Amino acid sequence: MIAKVGVVVFPGSNCDHDAYYVCKNLINVDTKFLWHKDTSIEDRNIIIIPGGFSYGDYLRCGAIARFSGIMPEVIRFANNGGIVIGICNGFQILCEAGLLPGALLRNNNLKFVCDTVSLKVENNKSIFTGLYDIKEDIKIPIAHGEGNFYCDENVHTDLLSKNQILFRYNNNPNGSLDDIAGIQNEKRNVMGMMPHPERASDITLGLTDGYKLFKSVVESVV
Amino acid sequence: MLFTANVVIKLRESILDPQGKTIENSLKSIGFHAILETRIGKFIELKIDAENEEDARIIVENACEKLLANPVMENYTYTLEKHSKEIA
Repeated sequence: MIAKVGVVVFPGSNCDHDAYYVCKNLINVDTKFLWHKDTSIEDRNIIIIPGGFSYGDYLRCGAIARFSGIMPEVIRFANNGGIVIGICNGFQILCEAGLLPGALLRNNNLKFVCDTVSLKVENNKSIFTGLYDIKEDIKIPIAHGEGNFYCDENVHTDLLSKNQILFRYNNNPNGSLDDIAGIQNEKRNVMGMMPHPERASDITLGLTDGYKLFKSVVESVV
Repeated sequence: MLFTANVVIKLRESILDPQGKTIENSLKSIGFHAILETRIGKFIELKIDAENEEDARIIVENACEKLLANPVMENYTYTLEKHSKEIA
């Protein structure tokens, strides 16, 4: 099978072109934008829900986007084992859609944090992190006001026992429970993370630790 | 029949509300020592056309559970008011 990436574009998405660029120009795979009003993901076998401020973050981050025209198809695809990656606002959308557990609360210091942070790779047995070393420290930018991951105790216990935590912050920037920066679902085909690997893939921008995430996913399909 | 629902959505009690805390501290600092706790939430007003009050309640609750509140982190309460006349 050949990897075919679809990047969903919502009104207010602003990391869609970055994700597209990394897949198309750095990983060199067939990549297409999918409009939020589309009702098909066509022949795509990797879906990226990018960062941004879909629908102006009105009501709650991701709450409106979760009901966009394309989402029933994304949910069906994910439930059938299709690979879905949510970055930042994409992570929030996937939580709202119920494809990932938990929710992203307002940062505990009430500030929008725009910074480069150090993450620890907590699981390198996933299709998303296979090319990283376990406990590898990586530098990835963050830019969010609602990145404070929260879930109840039962869900947290599950995340731990089922190895669903992919990345933790080395210095928690937002109050996130158990320093969680990124998780995968129980079936291991859907992941979400608040940091932006697409902003740390091209050497021109100074950081390249995000590249291996996209490369890992694409190689898992081939 | 026409109804107005006033929906209030708040973070669940178990979740820290940093905005509420900041306001609480400010209220204390200007002398409101009798105010023990402050929590911030959202207020949403819905105008509803329904057959009867029970139907109106079902509509409000469905809307809250499906979209307006996220049960992972929020609780909602509402009051419902029936209008005697058509809303202009």
